[in-house]
Amino acid sequence: MTSSTQSGTPLIHARGLVKRFESFTAVDGIDVDVRAGEAFGFLGPNGAGKSSTMRMIGCVSPPTEGVLRILGLDPRRDGPAIRARLGVCPQLDNLDVELTVRENLTTYARFFGIPRKVARARADELLDFVQLTERAGSRVEPLSGGMKRRLTIARALVNEPDIVLLDEPTTGLDPQARHLVWERLFRLKQQGVTLVLTTHYMDEAEQLCDRLVVMDGGRIVAEGSPRSLIEQYSTREVVELRFPTEDQGAYAAKLSELADRVEVLPDRILLYVADGDAVLAEVHRRLLNPASALVRRSSLEDVFLHLTGRTLVD
Amino acid sequence: MLTLVLPRLLSFEGMGRRSASVAERNVAALGSAYWLVMLGGFLEPVLYLFSIGVGVGKLIGDITLPGGEVVDYATFVAPAMLAASAMSGALSETTFNFFGKMKFMRLYDGMLATPVRPIEIALGELGWAMIRGNIYSAAFLVIMVAMDLTTPARALAAFPATVLVGFAFGAAGMATATLIRSWQDFDLIGSAQFALFLFSGTFVPATAYPEVVRWLVEVTPLYRSVDLVRGITTGTVGWIQVVDVLYLLVLTALGLTVAGRRMGRLLCK
Repeated sequence: MTSSTQSGTPLIHARGLVKRFESFTAVDGIDVDVRAGEAFGFLGPNGAGKSSTMRMIGCVSPPTEGVLRILGLDPRRDGPAIRARLGVCPQLDNLDVELTVRENLTTYARFFGIPRKVARARADELLDFVQLTERAGSRVEPLSGGMKRRLTIARALVNEPDIVLLDEPTTGLDPQARHLVWERLFRLKQQGVTLVLTTHYMDEAEQLCDRLVVMDGGRIVAEGSPRSLIEQYSTREVVELRFPTEDQGAYAAKLSELADRVEVLPDRILLYVADGDAVLAEVHRRLLNPASALVRRSSLEDVFLHLTGRTLVD
Repeated sequence: MLTLVLPRLLSFEGMGRRSASVAERNVAALGSAYWLVMLGGFLEPVLYLFSIGVGVGKLIGDITLPGGEVVDYATFVAPAMLAASAMSGALSETTFNFFGKMKFMRLYDGMLATPVRPIEIALGELGWAMIRGNIYSAAFLVIMVAMDLTTPARALAAFPATVLVGFAFGAAGMATATLIRSWQDFDLIGSAQFALFLFSGTFVPATAYPEVVRWLVEVTPLYRSVDLVRGITTGTVGWIQVVDVLYLLVLTALGLTVAGRRMGRLLCK
């Protein structure tokens, strides 16, 4: 499917990449290749090492060990030359609150050595692209979270980058704002911009990523397209059953032969199956009347929770 | 992949331009409130000059300089106020504002995602601080000439000296800012700055102190600055002023190096 974009040298190439902070190992030897035009995702719970990886790729955090090449260059040596061709949208907006919306773009463009006239023209184009033209003269402070994020994305595009790095681009945004951001990112992707993003939202990864890796504890635990990961680590469908009792577990034994995998949660039982409706009919035939039942398609979230566990990491 | 063959002699290439773009950001951020801050910074030494130099000076009379020349008290105090204002202008921009931008506004995180490097941020901010400090100095020199506390030629010669004073304190301030842990530490900087202001041969010649204290006073950066500027505005330049210049050059280089390194360590973890 994506074979046409998979040719050529990878824009990002990492082998055995390690990032250690004193005794803590944030990234523990990962191998990654991102090709031109790809939308690549790092998925993982908090503390999985996503942001540390992104900072290394962004050439603001030197790798402790391993090989890292961005655009064929070595970040240890060619940081400024690489950063000139990257667009970075950090997890926390670090917009300049002493400047207006438009000045945030024009000033930032100057850091890349873009001539003032070009900077102004590009700022206007980008404000239009992220739908902030009306707020061009406004300060940053009164903008909503979604607007700030869009402005940060616009700022990341001011140097017409080859790769755009987005660290949790929609965390903290309301649904409308998220969809608008996704839609803009999708357009960038269509224009051939290589996107690298981190997220812990599965819908975001499914919407945007051609290929992704799941990280946990600084390591890559799975890799593939969203669809192939679901096929590999989950079943086609999931049946969620809730029984009118405190002890869901008592039912699990009776259900185990119906499913590829049974997961018992405090409030419900999940059956990982190929054909949800058929299994649900069988559950009813066996007179195991659940208080509620839901058949749904398996999602990346199931893969994610299967791979990284349900324990709270924070 | 054209960039595969890009040379890596980038260390100095574009350094000036990128540093300038950092200073340019500050020009864009100039607001009306900033002009008030600047007015305050300018007025402070002028008020000291009038109240102490001229007012208290009436009671004191003349002062004998180390070389034996006798000058009136205002002539003695004015160059010290000039050096002190170059110091405070540079310090306020490089400690308080620098720290705020680095830790509070997270401004430099954004800049470092571009080709701009930590040392270039340090240079750009220092350059900007110098513009502000130099405006204070120039204005103060005009007042000194108008009050007949120095000659126009000496004032012109004193200007580059105040620029050097500004660079030295700006670089030192920036290095200090990278060591600051919280806003409370600014009280310490404020106290240190005030102590320097009072005891650096500003209001009293260093020879008035006991030997040990005098020695301590003479190694402080503000004393060396006052000595340099006073030597020029009173027309008593000697070899000791060469020592002052060297001292301030070393302080500038040291401050910049420490600031650039520490910023790299703090921001590029």
